[in-house]
Amino acid sequence: MGLLSEIKILILKDFKLEIRNLYSLNSILLYVFSSVFVSYLAFEKIIQPQTWNALFWIILLFAAVNAISTSFTSEGSKKFYYYFYILSPRSIILSKLLYNSLMLLVVAVLTFVLYSMVFGSIINNLPLFLLILLFGSFGLLGILTMVSAIASRAGNNFALMSILSFPVILPMLIVLIRLSSMTIGIIDITDFVKMMLALVVLDFIVVAMAVVLFPFLWKE
Amino acid sequence: MKRNWYKILAVILLLYAIIAGFLVDVPETNIQDSMRNVFFHVGMWFAMLVICFYAMIYSIKYLSSQDIIYDIKARESVNVGIFFGIVGIITGMAWAKFTWGVLWANDPHLNGAVVSLMAYFAYLVLRSSIPDTDKAARTSAVYNIFAFVLLLVFIGVLPRLSENTLHPGSKDGNPAFGDMDAKMRYVFYPALLGWIMLGVWIMNLRIRYKVLQSKISEDYDRD
Repeated sequence: MGLLSEIKILILKDFKLEIRNLYSLNSILLYVFSSVFVSYLAFEKIIQPQTWNALFWIILLFAAVNAISTSFTSEGSKKFYYYFYILSPRSIILSKLLYNSLMLLVVAVLTFVLYSMVFGSIINNLPLFLLILLFGSFGLLGILTMVSAIASRAGNNFALMSILSFPVILPMLIVLIRLSSMTIGIIDITDFVKMMLALVVLDFIVVAMAVVLFPFLWKE
Repeated sequence: MKRNWYKILAVILLLYAIIAGFLVDVPETNIQDSMRNVFFHVGMWFAMLVICFYAMIYSIKYLSSQDIIYDIKARESVNVGIFFGIVGIITGMAWAKFTWGVLWANDPHLNGAVVSLMAYFAYLVLRSSIPDTDKAARTSAVYNIFAFVLLLVFIGVLPRLSENTLHPGSKDGNPAFGDMDAKMRYVFYPALLGWIMLGVWIMNLRIRYKVLQSKISEDYDRD
């Protein structure tokens, strides 16, 4: 089987599993809803655009961590022995990456809609913001997928997952927050292309490293 | 002698850097003689970066050869790198207290330094959380490579893209070599080289010690 057909089958499998019980999607959506609602109760109205921006990305970051925490554990560890014999590790990591970031993209857009309904949207340039969401959820989930694969080797404790992911996710998060402050108009938008390029390059680096390094994690 | 030339050079360069560093004329600025700290503080970061680069190379070598010696080398390089990072933060804090009036300022360089240290602490925690030696070696090697590349982006690229840094010279190219007085450069570059070589020397000593230790315990197990 070629790499592409393997990836297609794996993504379809993940999608079917998700449709069947909707467990992880529902739990993430419920998480997002409750954190937006708690923020609404706490803030009532957000006056400063900086606060709007920071809160949005913090909620999205934790939604991403929630989304990933089920990714490698939801299937029993024994099933990986089965995959080991019939699939190449590259297609596993690429399919996980694509599927997870697609799911986060859906969650991100829904979060944005919910968030703007409650706090009002202050985005000046909506298409650019959606572009950031697209590349942002891809990059965030890329890093988190890799880190959760590493943490799953170490018995998958949640504390380890957060210590390992925090230092490596910060560069991406800073770029994202800076980019979205540009679309809000806190920072001058002239550097937008330069920063966007940094984000796309970061995404590529993450995917390239995941493809190269995952086969080593995979061996038992 | 072939393998030890850099140790002699390190001693000579650092002696020169310490003596000349306190004697060379520094330009009259508002930070006065504290400017001499540049010969010591910046060297720590360069030494740390070089040592952590070594650690990444050792991790790559471990993954391609599965030889446990390279895992010991990577771990000891990370330990020495952390040491230089902590010394870099302490020298930086002493300097920041004098120059900016606070021990800690919100600056991309400082944040980058702290986050890189946290990544390497996380590396050590990850190692110790896996009981199986080979599995720990492989997993932590993967994390080491992954983290180093992302940190390179964080400390190498992001500070240059941000406009509000307190460190001098970030706008025009390299933040470390900004607009420095010509006379100071004669001390600065040898000092950097000296610190890097000293770091590599310490790293090699620790690696030799740990490799010997592991060999002894292996022999002990066999008997």
